[in-house]
Amino acid sequence: MIKHLRSAADLDAPTATLILDTAGEMAALAGREVKKLPTLRGRTVVNLFYEDSTRTRISFEAAAKRLSADVINFSAKGSSVSKGESLKDTALTLQAMGADAVVIRHPASGAPHRLAAWVDGSVVNAGDGTHEHPTQALLDAYTMRSRLGRLDGLRVAIVGDVLHSRVARSNVLLLTTLGAQVTLVGPPTLIPVDIAAALSPATKVSYDLDSVLPDMDVVMMLRVQTERMQDSYFPSAREYSRRYGLDLARMRKMPEHAIVMHPGPMNRGMEITPEVADSSRSTIVEQVANGVSARMAVLYLLLGGKA
Amino acid sequence: MTSYLLRGVSLLGAELRDVAIVDGRISDNAPADAEIIDAAGLVALPGLVDLHTHLREPGREDAETVETGSRSAALGGYTAVFAMANTSPVADTAGVVEQVWRLGREAGLVDVQPIGAVTVGLAGKQLAELGAMATSAANVRIFSDDGHCVADPRLMRRALEYVKAFDGIIAQHAEEPRLTEGAQMHEGEVSTRLGLTGWPAVAEEAIIARDVLLAEHVGSRLHVCHVSTAGSVEVLRQAKARGVRVTAEVTPHHLLLTDELAASYDPVYKVNPPLRTASDVEALRAALVEGVIDIVATDHAPHAVEDKECEWAYARPGMVGLETALPVVLSVLGERWDLIAERMSRTPARIAGLTGHGTDLAVGEPANLTLVDPSARRVVDPSELASRSRNTPYAGTTLPGRIVATFLRGEPTVLDGKAVK
Amino acid sequence: MAQPRADASSKIILSASDLHRVVDRIAHQILEKTSGATGTVLLGIPTRGVPLAERLAARIHAFEGIDIPVGSLDITLYRDDLRLHATRALGKTELPGGGIDGRRVVLVDDVLYSGRTVRAALDALNDEGRPSSVQLAVLVDRGHRQLPIRADYVGKNIPTSLAESVRVSLTEIDGLDEVKLTGGEDQ
Ligand SMILES: [Zn+2]
Repeated sequence: MIKHLRSAADLDAPTATLILDTAGEMAALAGREVKKLPTLRGRTVVNLFYEDSTRTRISFEAAAKRLSADVINFSAKGSSVSKGESLKDTALTLQAMGADAVVIRHPASGAPHRLAAWVDGSVVNAGDGTHEHPTQALLDAYTMRSRLGRLDGLRVAIVGDVLHSRVARSNVLLLTTLGAQVTLVGPPTLIPVDIAAALSPATKVSYDLDSVLPDMDVVMMLRVQTERMQDSYFPSAREYSRRYGLDLARMRKMPEHAIVMHPGPMNRGMEITPEVADSSRSTIVEQVANGVSARMAVLYLLLGGKA
Repeated sequence: MTSYLLRGVSLLGAELRDVAIVDGRISDNAPADAEIIDAAGLVALPGLVDLHTHLREPGREDAETVETGSRSAALGGYTAVFAMANTSPVADTAGVVEQVWRLGREAGLVDVQPIGAVTVGLAGKQLAELGAMATSAANVRIFSDDGHCVADPRLMRRALEYVKAFDGIIAQHAEEPRLTEGAQMHEGEVSTRLGLTGWPAVAEEAIIARDVLLAEHVGSRLHVCHVSTAGSVEVLRQAKARGVRVTAEVTPHHLLLTDELAASYDPVYKVNPPLRTASDVEALRAALVEGVIDIVATDHAPHAVEDKECEWAYARPGMVGLETALPVVLSVLGERWDLIAERMSRTPARIAGLTGHGTDLAVGEPANLTLVDPSARRVVDPSELASRSRNTPYAGTTLPGRIVATFLRGEPTVLDGKAVK
Repeated sequence: MAQPRADASSKIILSASDLHRVVDRIAHQILEKTSGATGTVLLGIPTRGVPLAERLAARIHAFEGIDIPVGSLDITLYRDDLRLHATRALGKTELPGGGIDGRRVVLVDDVLYSGRTVRAALDALNDEGRPSSVQLAVLVDRGHRQLPIRADYVGKNIPTSLAESVRVSLTEIDGLDEVKLTGGEDQ
């Protein structure tokens, strides 16, 4: 079994499938009155958050608590280098506290890799800079599999600011590992260089959303920050949403069965219209619920056995 | 003053002979009381000259001092180093360059030649008092805002022109700042995978292209620091073919390491310009052999532990390099001693207008030389470095060659591979 | 002399026909002790308890024409020895329609040994609902209890040493029906 989850690339197909299967069992248990399981009694999970992300932190916290782990929330806001304790000193503190797992959210890409070198426990990447967010990819894959019954051969478009998206990177890696065919869609300025060579040779790139939609089983919209405008990634919010936003007219171009996903938080009116976000094809609410099951599965597989 | 007799030394890998050092110079014969050094199996090179060293004093004496940097240089076979101006305060006045120069003399391990800043505070706005630095005791001839690019084309033009009055040279850190905002590593496949903001090759190439045109236009000399891309090599090749008076340096790390090393997110591999791809490395090696790149310069950049044991994005860029430069170059070029002497001693001395260094061991010349054991292999251990900092990218790497002795004007600064003081 | 070693140190405790007979007997006993299986559900403990529970239900149907609800109860997340082994994949928990509240639950497992599995099953059951009573059926009881737990229905008692292990094979999972005792002092 793996020791850390720093990147979706840490997961081979059998391990990823095991996590999804386990998440399925966890989800089934979530339906009953007593949600708590004794599995991780006596284990300590630290949520080390250098960025405000209430959604993700609460999801991890709920996952750890349902498994009866002791949860310590360690919020290290104001992540500036000069001020406050260094990541290494914090790591040594967590080490002394006997953390069995550290869930880390950090604005700097690679922070979980650094942390893993300094603590004995497992490190779970809860989003690092513009690098990865592997548990988001797991819950997304879980959601796709529950809705569509399979991942192998599934055609998935990931649309928007791929350049700055940790969700996109993790999704490309995980979905490709599980046999899905990923197409990245966005303006050329927001598609990182050499993306296929970097992540997976089978990854396709398109700059034309309309031509892609009819062939997709899943369309995942990424959050696009309007501030990107100032850096000339695109001329205006209006032009962006005209070319790459998902509205009802575009959604009708998708096959009947195709679903719409969004990792949240949404910029309604920018990359997705409210009618699409709230439509029956949207899995946005399920994604949140599935997040807890997927994270329970990850914590169980990292901590539920011999260290 | 002690006289020395180097017995059985190989000059640049060629003939074996005895070399005498008397009164600080190479001599015909040694007096009877000369100290004899068994130099069998050792190769003598003219003392190495580094045009690009960060000694950190004044300001960051916790990372390096003129003295510790000098010792590190001597152990690397250097007899002269040029200290970059990005200290605190910045070496942008006669006062600061003289302070650094004096500290170098006091340490007495290598000749420390200060480089003056091109602009006040390295801010890229207003020319520093270049003439005052040139006529100071430090006798500054190389000016550089290294760490920053002189990005303003008009300011760069003026600097190139202005230093002609005292045969100065501008050493440009070629990096178009608008193209490298927030940049963390080479822009390419690896930066995309790691989610680190890319430093595109074109940001270097565009500035070099602009600067060779400016230098050509005003008829000035230009020196390009740490060339790192295959595209830069092509720009330089064309400029040189046209007769532009441009020289260029490459660092040992850009001759050996690639951007793949960033995958560990260990900032010991973070450097500016960043490590590039294998094909860049190949082009740089070929350019160095060919002479399109004139010299090897270390860009020795010591950093305190806390500036490297952190997240990649928060780490300072730079690597120490003085003690490993020659071994790295040996591993890249092989035992081509004359070429090594040309790229690491003669040409840098000539570019800088530095007399008394970079001369072959002819009778009457100052005895600035280093003795190398080419058969030795050494595993780099950061804790053994004489530099005050430990940020070497070669920890655990086995490199060829060991610097056995270094002489500065006839005085040994290194003997038996150990610093004399 | 050229006997394979595994054979030398393993012996068949129950053959296929023995096993079928034992399952039949347990099915009869359940019918007897539960007044015709009224208000009773069978919950197999994965892995081999599940097909055993299904077989018991099938036999009960064959004998009396009663459809007794069958489900599975995975106990992995309730084990007290998780840290002693590499992480285990989870089995399925599927409660029969109508749930377990107020009903008599018969837990079904292949081998009763330390009793820790049953302890975990009781904990799991407690989180699933509130049965009126809980009984235990096992194919083999090999002794060496570490907890005060006993089975209500035992297919066969097999005295063993701690060095031995009991291997239950079922057609649904292993391709054949048999129970073997392997290992022992002579190894
Ligand atoms: Zn520089």
